[in-house]
Amino acid sequence: MSALKLRLRQSIHQRIDMSPFTPQRLADMRLTEIARLPLWQGNQKVACGDLFVLSGDDPQDIVIQSDSDRLDEIGSGMTDGSIHVEGCAGAYLGYTMRGGSLFVTGDVGIAAGCNMSAGTLTIAGSAGDLLGGAITGERQGMRGGKIIVKGNAGDRAGDQMRRGTILIGGNAGDYCASRMIAGTLVVRGEAGAKTGLAMRRGTLLLSREPASLPASFNDNGKHNLNFLTLFTRSLQNQPGFSDLWKRGSRVQRWLGDLGYDGKGEILVWCE
Amino acid sequence: MIINGTEIEETFAEAFGMAATRIIITAVNSRWARIAGETMTGFATSVIGCGVEAGIESEIPSDESPDGRPGVSVLLFGMSGKALAKHLENRVGQCVLTCPTTALFSGISGEKQIPLGKNLRFFGDGYQIAKQIAGSRYWRVPVMDGEFLCEETTAQVPAVGGGNFLVLAETQLQALTACEKAIEAMLHLPNVIMPFPGGIVRSGSKVGSKYKALMASTNEAYCPTLRGLVKSKLDPTIASVMEIVINGIDENDVRLATRAGIQAACKLGAPAGIRRISAGNYGGKLGQFKFHLREVMA
Repeated sequence: MSALKLRLRQSIHQRIDMSPFTPQRLADMRLTEIARLPLWQGNQKVACGDLFVLSGDDPQDIVIQSDSDRLDEIGSGMTDGSIHVEGCAGAYLGYTMRGGSLFVTGDVGIAAGCNMSAGTLTIAGSAGDLLGGAITGERQGMRGGKIIVKGNAGDRAGDQMRRGTILIGGNAGDYCASRMIAGTLVVRGEAGAKTGLAMRRGTLLLSREPASLPASFNDNGKHNLNFLTLFTRSLQNQPGFSDLWKRGSRVQRWLGDLGYDGKGEILVWCE
Repeated sequence: MIINGTEIEETFAEAFGMAATRIIITAVNSRWARIAGETMTGFATSVIGCGVEAGIESEIPSDESPDGRPGVSVLLFGMSGKALAKHLENRVGQCVLTCPTTALFSGISGEKQIPLGKNLRFFGDGYQIAKQIAGSRYWRVPVMDGEFLCEETTAQVPAVGGGNFLVLAETQLQALTACEKAIEAMLHLPNVIMPFPGGIVRSGSKVGSKYKALMASTNEAYCPTLRGLVKSKLDPTIASVMEIVINGIDENDVRLATRAGIQAACKLGAPAGIRRISAGNYGGKLGQFKFHLREVMA
C-alpha cells in the first residue's frame, strides 16, 4: 500500500475545510469515493477530486501537497494514523486532535493544535497566534499531547492550555502562556511582552527573560528543580530540543499571575 | 548430596505468593539515598509483625537513575496488594518524604498500580504541582529543603516470599560466618531481598504456638538447647542453626539466590564447621512454591 496523496490542482482564493481528511474518516473508502467527497470551499461544496489530484490507497498515511495557507482544519479530530503536509497549512491545524501524528514542513496559520487532547503535532516552520490555545467560547485550550514548532509562534501561544507539552524552537509572541491552566510550554528563543498574563498554573520554561512580565508576578529566586532533569531527559530524542538537558536544573523562578491564584511558574535557566 | 563435606539435606523450602513492588529513591548523594532506603526498610523483616517485608535491592549509579542522581532500589513485599499499598504509603510518607534531598520513583512496571505519591501529594496543602513527563505523572511537593519529587503510582506485581535455607554448624560463630558469606554472594543478585537483620534469621519459627495469641513461635526442632527435650532435627555435632529468608520477584529469582547462598556457605564447608544445609517447610501443604534443595544445587 502507498500513502494516500492529495496534491492541490491550483492556487485557491477561498478557504477549504479539510476536516474530512483524517485517517479514521477515510478508512475503508476507495479512491473514487474519496474523489467524490464534498468539501466546503468558502460557501460552496466542491468535490474533492475537482480540487486535488488524488493517488495512493493507504488512508492511514495521508500526504497533502500544497503551498496554500488556506487549507484549514487539516487533521481536525484525527485519532490515529499520520498526516504529512508537504508545504503550508491554514488555520486550526490539528483542531481537537485526539491521537496520531501530524507533520507540516512549512508554516501554519492561527490556532494550530487548538483544543487537541493527544497525539503529536510537528511544525517545521512557524505557527500563527493561539498555538495550542482555545478557540473563542472554549474555556480550555490544549488538553494533552505534544506540539513541536521548530520556528516561531505567534501571540498567545498556550492560551488556556490545560495539559500537554508545547515546544517552540524559535521565539514566541506576546502574551505567551496567557491564561494557562496547566501543562508545560518551552520557548528556546525569546518570549514577547506580558508573558504569562493571567496564568493560573502550569510551567513556562524559557532560555532567557521575557521582554516583559506582568507586574503581578513575584520573583521566587533561584532553585534547583529536580523535575527539570526528568523533563529535559525525556526530550533527548526530540530534534531541536535534545540538548536541553545540558542546561541543568537550576533556574530563576517567577510565580504568578497573582491576580489568578498565582500558582503558575515562569522558569529561566541560569547561565 | 554433599558439597565440600556439607550435607545438602533431601528437603525443600516452602514459599508463598506475595505482592511486591519496587521503588527507586534518589538523593543528592548515595549516602542520603541509602539513609532513606534503610529508614524505610527498617522494621520490615516479617509480615507477621511488620506488615511488609522490605529491603534495599541495590544501589543505582547516577547515570542509571531517573533524575541523574545516585539512588537505591527498594523492594517491598506484602501478603496482599492492599496491605502492600497501605504500608508503602506509610513508609514513604514517614521515611522518604522526610529525608533531605530525596526523590521517589516507581522502579517496576505492571498492570496493577498502587499509590506512591498519589496521596502523599496532599502534604503540599494545595501548593503541590502535577507534571506529566513521558507518559508518567509526577508530583512536586513543596518542602522546606526545596521540592519533593514523587511519581504518582508504582506497579504491584505477583512475587514469591519465604524462600529459605538453614545453615547448621558446629558453633554459633561458624553458622554466622557461613551465613555472612552467603548473604555477601546473594546481595549482588537482582530481584531479591533478604529482609531479616543483615539478611540472617536466628529465630526461625513454626506456625502456631501453645499460646493462643501467637501466630508463630520458636521452631524447637532446630533449637540446639532443646535437644533431648523435644523431637530434635539436630544431631549432637550441631550447636547453632541460622536461616536465610529470601523474597524474590519470581520463582527463578529465589532459586538463583538460594543456589548462590548455599554455594557460598558450602565453600567454607565441613572444615569450617558447616555440617548441613536444610530448609524450612510446612509439609508442602501451605506454600505454592517448593524449592527442593538438591534440585536447586544440581
